[in-house]
Parts: sequence; structure tokens; C-alpha cells
Amino acid sequence: MPEIPDPPTAEVPVSDREIVLEAKDLSKHFAVRRNLRNLADRNRPVVHAVDDVNLKLRRGTVTAVVGESGSGKSTIARLLAQLYPLTGGQLLLQGKPVRAARGRAFRAYCRQVQMIFQDPFGSLNPTHTIRYHLTRALKIHKRAGNTAADLEQALKELLGRVHLTPPERYLDSFPHELSGGQRQRVAIARAMAADPQVLLADEPVSMLDVSIRLGILNLLRDLKERLNLAILYITHDIASARYFADETLVMYAGRMVEGGDSETVTQRPAHPYTQLLIGSAPDPDRVAVEAGAPAGEPTEAADAVAEAVVATEDDDRAGEPPSLINPPSGCRFHPRCPKAMERCRTELPPRFDLPGGQWAACWLYAEDAEERPVLKGAPA
Amino acid sequence: MTTPAVLDIRGLNVDYGLGSKAVHAVRDVNLTLHRGEVLGLAGESGSGKSTLAYAVTRLLSPPGVITGGEVIYHPRKGEPIDILDLGSEQLRAFRWQEISLVFQGAMNSLNPVHTVRSQLTDVLKAHRADMPRAARDARAAELLSLVGISRDRLGSYPHQLSGGMRQRVMIAMALALDPDIVILDEPTTALDVVMQRQILRQLTRLRAQLDFSVVFITHDISLLIEFSDRIAIMYGGRIVEEAGSKEIYETSNHPYSHGLLHSFPALHGPRRELTGIPGSPPDLTAMPSGCAFHPRCPRKFEPCDQRVPVLAPPTPGSDRSVACWLHAEH
Ligand SMILES: Nc1ncnc2c1ncn2[C@@H]1O[C@H](COP(=O)(O)OP(=O)(O)OP(=O)(O)O)[C@@H](O)[C@H]1O
Ligand SMILES: Nc1ncnc2c1ncn2[C@@H]1O[C@H](COP(=O)(O)OP(=O)(O)O)[C@@H](O)[C@H]1O
Ligand code: SF4
Ligand code: SF4
Ligand SMILES: [Mg+2]
Ligand SMILES: [Mg+2]
Repeated sequence: MPEIPDPPTAEVPVSDREIVLEAKDLSKHFAVRRNLRNLADRNRPVVHAVDDVNLKLRRGTVTAVVGESGSGKSTIARLLAQLYPLTGGQLLLQGKPVRAARGRAFRAYCRQVQMIFQDPFGSLNPTHTIRYHLTRALKIHKRAGNTAADLEQALKELLGRVHLTPPERYLDSFPHELSGGQRQRVAIARAMAADPQVLLADEPVSMLDVSIRLGILNLLRDLKERLNLAILYITHDIASARYFADETLVMYAGRMVEGGDSETVTQRPAHPYTQLLIGSAPDPDRVAVEAGAPAGEPTEAADAVAEAVVATEDDDRAGEPPSLINPPSGCRFHPRCPKAMERCRTELPPRFDLPGGQWAACWLYAEDAEERPVLKGAPA
Repeated sequence: MTTPAVLDIRGLNVDYGLGSKAVHAVRDVNLTLHRGEVLGLAGESGSGKSTLAYAVTRLLSPPGVITGGEVIYHPRKGEPIDILDLGSEQLRAFRWQEISLVFQGAMNSLNPVHTVRSQLTDVLKAHRADMPRAARDARAAELLSLVGISRDRLGSYPHQLSGGMRQRVMIAMALALDPDIVILDEPTTALDVVMQRQILRQLTRLRAQLDFSVVFITHDISLLIEFSDRIAIMYGGRIVEEAGSKEIYETSNHPYSHGLLHSFPALHGPRRELTGIPGSPPDLTAMPSGCAFHPRCPRKFEPCDQRVPVLAPPTPGSDRSVACWLHAEH
């Protein structure tokens, strides 16, 4: 299979690109339903769905958030879309604090920050045509023009952007007449009707067939490049983040635990949870290597990954995510971590910077750690 | 190293509906499962994987009908049996006992108002009426620990278990009567990778321990390559390629298999070009003529839209097979 070079590096390095949307110390707690036991309790328990999350979405850049089911990925997308009120923290759009979650300011926010969802079947109304959905979106965002001809032109442009051509074939269809992939393209076209700066994509391909996924991801990449969009790509498939995202952030139990450029995070994971995640992903090459094909140089990063997986394999509790009502103290990963130390049980690890813009929230990387792991063997 | 066959599917055809409205969901499928092996079945959604599994276990419900073929089961002792000839009484004894199926989305099919213990012992009660109650309880506990759940979870209700644990309870139930064959339809698709790997590891370990054969259905071909011995690839109701999993990974003969293998981004090793598969899966009500893949095939040539290629070894004596005119005499 031919090797291809890394994705075309735009002239500007990622860290210098303009920040469009920024989240600072974002938290979201959901109240747990009242029951007899906690009815009178003033400190009623809450689900800590998201705690202290910081992220920056930059122009012309795809930022991936990966993590297991229930780790808080969708909650982050909804907070950024202002679909939920924040429990704590702040959003900055183009550097300005975002306040109103209603009225005109909210509509202006929505015009710039659009969201697409996992389920292309649920997100379109089955009783209306594609023309209706897109016309409505254009009108809401005042981009329908003045004449019927303007509108027709705008509709055709939108469908062209998501590669649904010829547009006549799709405009007057109903959602059920389209395939899952075509429906997801319509959902993307509807988001593009606002001419947004930011696109929040929550698992945009996980309900689609394998053979169609690639096409949608390529479309999103193409939009990013042509329109200079900032894209948040939420996924539980870390391999797709490697291919598709410039930067990757890893979440565990409501907290960000690692971040950096996607190639580094996937090839040289620093946090023990990321190592477990990567070690668990299906890997045909592992079979090829076992079968006697020449193995690559074993690296310390690869050893750490293997160790993380072996350590959990014989422990049936290892796969269990923690309770978010009483999250583990200290590092939330400590009950599953093969490297857990004494301080991990009590002290929350802050973010430690590593070479090359990578960072990890793990005590292994503290200045005073007894043995700081050496992360070598990074891909050239 | 091939072991004797435990299940032989010959010329199997399954339709949904009757007469002129019938759609052919499974067409002329020939497939052999050997003793002790894990056979992977891959393909896009709608390619007929679940229909094949339901037909083989005779769990197909209307409008599904088996319109032809045979499914021969070779017991350890005794004469081969055609599953399609069994009466309903024989079938009841046969299912779970010799062959069991874990459905797609099975983890949501546990009864929410019964404990894990009562659901496991119910299966035993139905098939081993003479088993004393204490023995049933002991067996239920044993089954749970087999799939890596501690015995103290016997009294739990399904909603008290995580998705992964519920899925493992379903697998425990499928193993309850020591079947010869276990069919798993997308057993881990809804789970995340950490849980997925754990369950599959456990299953392969159990297979060695308890000596059963597995048919493992999923659309995730990279998972199959790691966990199965052989892989069969379905497209539009037909098997289009069959080979050892390492062989198929190294060289896929069918352009559709090649496309599937190049649709998954790889996490390790050099970045590979992802070609994917252009177009969309075929509509069973308007199946393309000839090779059903021809409208999407980058390598189609004259015979492809005229005649259906048959599944055969690409070279005489080869132990793999493919249904494609590129590898046949035309
Ligand atoms: N409306 C709500 N009320 C109470 N708890 C909620 C609510 N929404 C989410 N949660 C909880 O917050 C946590 C994070 O959920 P979220 O949907 O963000 O996870 P996710 O990472 O998107 O998972 P998945 O991969 O399964 O989509 C979970 O424990 C979930 O049960
Ligand atoms: N109850 C049914 N009635 C009519 N068509 C069905 C029914 N169940 C499945 N089909 C059709 O049969 C084909 C194969 O389906 P299935 O075996 O579920 O595929 P897979 O498991 O490979 O995704 C699909 O085109 C599907 O729409
Ligand atoms: S802080 Fe401690 S428990 Fe947490 S990931 Fe690092 S080593 Fe493991
Ligand atoms: S038979 Fe022809 S159309 Fe079908 S897969 Fe082979 S080359 Fe392609
Ligand atoms: Mg989600
Ligand atoms: Mg299916």
C-alpha cells in the first residue's frame, strides 16, 4: 500500500492560526433525579459530566475530541452550541465573552457556530422536502436573497458544496428517499446555510456505513480548507482522528487528559488512558507482525501501550468507566491505571507540557516525578 | 491444519416476501465452518449477514423465507443433520444445545424486570428439566465467571450493569448448554474499543477452553482480521471472497474487499492512502445485472455487467476463493 505524506501542512502552523471559539474552564453538572433518599439533602448529588475543560477552535483547523462512551464528548459540543447553560467557565467567540443564550445575540451566535449530529435519520423532518429544510435555514440566517431566482441559486450552491449534484435530483426529494450518507450531506448543507465560522460535528459518521464514512470526512476536510472553517470533530474512533484532525484532545470521565497534534498523540501517547485506548483499537498490523512480517523498531511508547493493555486484560473491572456522581478522587483514571502512584489517589494532576506542543494531565510527567518516562520513537 | 466441517451451508437462498415482490437477501451461499475455528463474516449493512445468521439458526420470521439450499450440521458423533429439515420440536432441542445465536443489539433484549440469575437459570430449566435447582444456580454462577463477571452480580437487574456487562451476560447465556457453534451478530458494535477488545479476548480464550466454533459477524473488517481465522465477505447477498484472514489482509482478490480494507484509517504504521468505495450499497429491489458490484467497481470490464461471476479458487488448488471475472476464465 502506498505511503502518503502527512496532510498538506498549511503555511501557518496550527498554534499560530486565529482562534475563533475558545472554552475556558468549562464545567457541566446535571442534577440527579430526586428520590426519597436525597429529597431533603441540600447537597443533592450531581453527575459531573464535564469539568474544567479548556479548548481552542482555530480557523482552518479540525480539532478532534476522543473518548469512550459517557466521557462527556457530546456534552462539550452542546455547551459550545449553547444548547445547555454552563455550570461554570466561559466561552469566547473571536476573543469576546459570550453572554446571552437568547434573543438577538443568541441568533448571531448560532449563525457563527453550527452543529451537526450523529443521527442523519433523526435530524431531518420526514414530512418535508430537502428544498423546505434548506430554504428555511437560508431564511432564518437571512441568506435567501431577494428574489425567487436568488433563492434557487443559493439552494443550488449549497447542494453543490456538499457534492449532491445535480441539485435538481435532490431538492424535491424527501429524507426517506435518500441514503444515510446523502442525508448527512443535507444536514451539513443546512449547517452551511448559515455561513458559519465554526462547525461542531458530534460523531458525524458513526451511524453511517463504512464505505460512506470516508466520503463525509473528506467533504468536511474540503469545507475546512475551502471556507477556512474551524471544526470540532467528536468521535470514539481515534484512528479517524489521526487521519482527519490536525489536533486531538482525549477525554476521560469528564476531563481532558491529553492533547497535541494528532500524529503525536496517536503515535506517541503520553497519558496511560490514551495508551489503553490506542492499544485496544483493532489493529490488523498486529496480526501481520505476529505472522512474521518484519516488525518495526520497538519503541518505548509501543511498550507502554502494550503494557497498558496487558495490565487490564485479565481484570474484568478494567473496562468499567467510573461513576460520574462520585468521581474517583485525585486522578479520575487511578482505579484503572497500571502506573498509579500514591499521590494519584488524592491530588488532581494538572496539565504538564511535553515537547512538541503535546501535554498530559498525569503525575508521571511532573518535574519531581521519580522516573519521568522518556517519550522517544516519535514518528519523523 | 483444516479440521473437519461442523457446519456446511450449501446453495442457501433467502427471500423477503413472496412472488414478484420478493427481494433476494441471500443468494446461492456456500460456506463451511470448521471445528474450532472463528469464521468472520463482513460486509456493508444490508448485505445479508444477519439474514444468513437467522436462516441458519431457523430463526427467520416472516416475510423471510428460505427458498432453497441446505445447512448440514455434523455432530461429533452420529449422522449429519440438515437443519432445514428439522421439525419445530427437534429445532427447540437443537437450538442453544448445538448452535446458539447472540443477536445484533442483544444487550438490550435482556428482560428488565428479571435478575441475571433468573434469566440464566431459565435457559437451563427449559432444556435441562432434570437439573436440580442448586445445580442450575451453580451453573449460572459458573457461566458468569466464564465471561469475567463476578458471581456477586447474579442478583443484579440489567439496568444495574454496564452495556459491556450486559453483552457478556448474553454471551454467557449462549454458552449455557455447551453448544458446538456460536453465532455472534455484531456483538460489540455498540461498545467502545476497550470493552470490545476485552470481550473478544475472553471469547477466543473460551473457545480454546470449551471447544466450540464461532461465526463472527461485523462490518468492522479490521476487527475480524485480528480475531478470526478465516473471513468471508458478502456483497448484495452473495459471498464474494473467502480466505484466511492474514491472506485477505495481505492480498485481497475482490475489488470490493480491497475497498473495504481501504475504508478504515489505520492507527498504527505509516499513514496509508484511503481510497474507500465510491457510490452506495446496491438496492436489493433493483439489483445490478452481472456482478452486483459492477456500478461501483474501478476495475470492471466487458463480462462484468453481463454474467454473474461464480465463487471459485482464483488458481487451481488454492484454498481461498473469489467471485470476480478478473480471476476467472471468461
Ligand atoms: N441531560 C442529562 N441529564 C443527566 N445526565 C446527563 C445528561 N446528558 C448527559 N448526561 C451524563 O453526562 C455524561 C456524559 O454524557 P455525554 O452524552 O456527553 O457522553 P459522550 O461522551 O457523548 O458519550 P457517547 O460516546 O456515548 O455519545 C454521562 O454520564 C451521561 O449519562
Ligand atoms: N423483515 C424484513 N423485511 C423485508 N426486508 C428485510 C427484512 N429484514 C431485512 N431485510 C432486507 O434484507 C437485506 C439484508 O438485511 P440484513 O441481513 O439485515 O443485512 P446485514 O445484517 O448484512 O446488515 C436488506 O436489504 C434488508 O433491508
Ligand atoms: S496521574 Fe497517576 S493514576 Fe492518573 S494517569 Fe497518571 S499515573 Fe495514572
Ligand atoms: S466481476 Fe468485474 S465488476 Fe465485479 S468485482 Fe470483478 S472486476 Fe469488478
Ligand atoms: Mg455522544
Ligand atoms: Mg445486521
